[in-house]
Amino acid sequence: MMSLEQFENRNVSESGYYKVDIESYPETGWEKAKQVFSRAIRGELFVGLWVVMREMIKFDIHTVQYPKEKLPVGPRYRAVHEMQRLWESGTERCIGCGLCEKICISDCIRMDTKIDENNRKVVSEYTINLGRCIFCGYCAEVCPELAIVHGGRYENTSEQRAHYTEYDDMLTPFDMALKGEVPEYPGFGAVTPHEDERVKSTPLAY
Amino acid sequence: METAYFIETIIKIVVILLVFSALAGFGTYFERKILAFMQRRLGPMNVGPFGVLQIAADGIKLFTKEDIVPTNAVGPIFKIAPVITAATAFMAAAAIPFMPQFTIFGYTVHPIVADVNIGILYILGVMAVGFYGPLLGSLASSNKFALLSAARAAAVFISYEVVTGLALLAPLMMVGSFSLIDFNNYQAGGVGDWIIWSQPVAFVLFWIAAFAETGRTPFHLVANDHEIIDGFGTEYSGMRWGLFFIGEYANMFFISFVIVLLFLGGFGDGSVFGALMFLLKMAFFFFFFLWTRAAWPDIRPDQLMWLCWKILMPLAVLNVVVTGFVMMF
Repeated sequence: MMSLEQFENRNVSESGYYKVDIESYPETGWEKAKQVFSRAIRGELFVGLWVVMREMIKFDIHTVQYPKEKLPVGPRYRAVHEMQRLWESGTERCIGCGLCEKICISDCIRMDTKIDENNRKVVSEYTINLGRCIFCGYCAEVCPELAIVHGGRYENTSEQRAHYTEYDDMLTPFDMALKGEVPEYPGFGAVTPHEDERVKSTPLAY
Repeated sequence: METAYFIETIIKIVVILLVFSALAGFGTYFERKILAFMQRRLGPMNVGPFGVLQIAADGIKLFTKEDIVPTNAVGPIFKIAPVITAATAFMAAAAIPFMPQFTIFGYTVHPIVADVNIGILYILGVMAVGFYGPLLGSLASSNKFALLSAARAAAVFISYEVVTGLALLAPLMMVGSFSLIDFNNYQAGGVGDWIIWSQPVAFVLFWIAAFAETGRTPFHLVANDHEIIDGFGTEYSGMRWGLFFIGEYANMFFISFVIVLLFLGGFGDGSVFGALMFLLKMAFFFFFFLWTRAAWPDIRPDQLMWLCWKILMPLAVLNVVVTGFVMMF
């Protein structure tokens, strides 16, 4: 386990800083000449040449050719939102409770709900103004149904900001949900592992 | 005979111009690639296979960019300066034999534009005139970074030219001719005859001075990006800046040829193998220019002048004196 001690110690001078040992500057002409001679003989320039040549021969290229190759993004990275569906039935998880709209600190979520023919509350309109969104993750945190989550899509280009916020784009495709191709969501907003062990019974009596 | 000579010379000039303009372009490609590999990068990859067509993309960009002349610049001088750099670089090539002479359709071709008897003096002189490009361009562009570059150019120029001249004196005394073909023939006997064995000090001095001559990395202070933006090139755009670039890379190629011809046997006895070895040796020196750029830091102008005046020049003079004594006795 990593302790927090090293972060709590704010006195930087105690933690591994040391003064660089600088030789005294040459003063007499003879000392200067000796310095020039020793530096010329040491062959540091050839060490430099060897190092770059070695790297060229090893050919250990570190370039990531970005559009073709991408570095993995952390599972809890907070990029553009996604709306999840239930497994198998493919029903939208969102119950229209409006908690995300309430908690959003930059007021960028806006939703309208209605009662549909099955007497079930559904979302009729749902937009996230990504121009305002600060990707804090509160909406995903507060969502009781794990409906709105943060996905990993960090590349967004469009002529209009409104294009980012189409509800249909955020929604998991229906057929994917039906086929069971929606994996258990591990990202931001998902239930953390071992959550059961951490749940405590609610004290009901005061 | 006169007409044939005239036509032959024109053809040779055109070939040299075309080949080395193209090579200057490929030089930028090699430079990017080799620097990238030495720094664990890939370099240009997207235009064409392995980024080979990057040169074409750069060419289109340079040719089609707007040509801007700043308001307070001295127009005519500002416009002519890049031409001086590029033109003198190619003019210097006139006295360089690029290949041994060969016979085609019964006609003997000497792959040298003009075998003048003051070849080396001519090359050094014309290359030195090339420094007027950065100097005039930076003075005329009314920019403080360019002005600093001009001051540095003047200081560097005086410093390294002394070393170049003195370093070459000793081999010149041995060969007794200014013609590069005579130099080549002097060393035609094989590896043992190369002047580098009898004049190692002159070789190293001339090589170091070549870095200052071409303005390559240890002595790149005339256009040091991290100190004075692009120095003389700060105000230039489009093809005028491109001409500076072509001049610089052509100069690198020509000085590599000259080093090989002077010290490393040139094309030897004139066989095909000799010609190939000539190109290989030249390629090594060109590669070394790129190699040092990846490996070595730039030095300050005062350090360069200190090096040239206090270390290299006395060494060169000593070398001349010792050579003289050895030749006398």
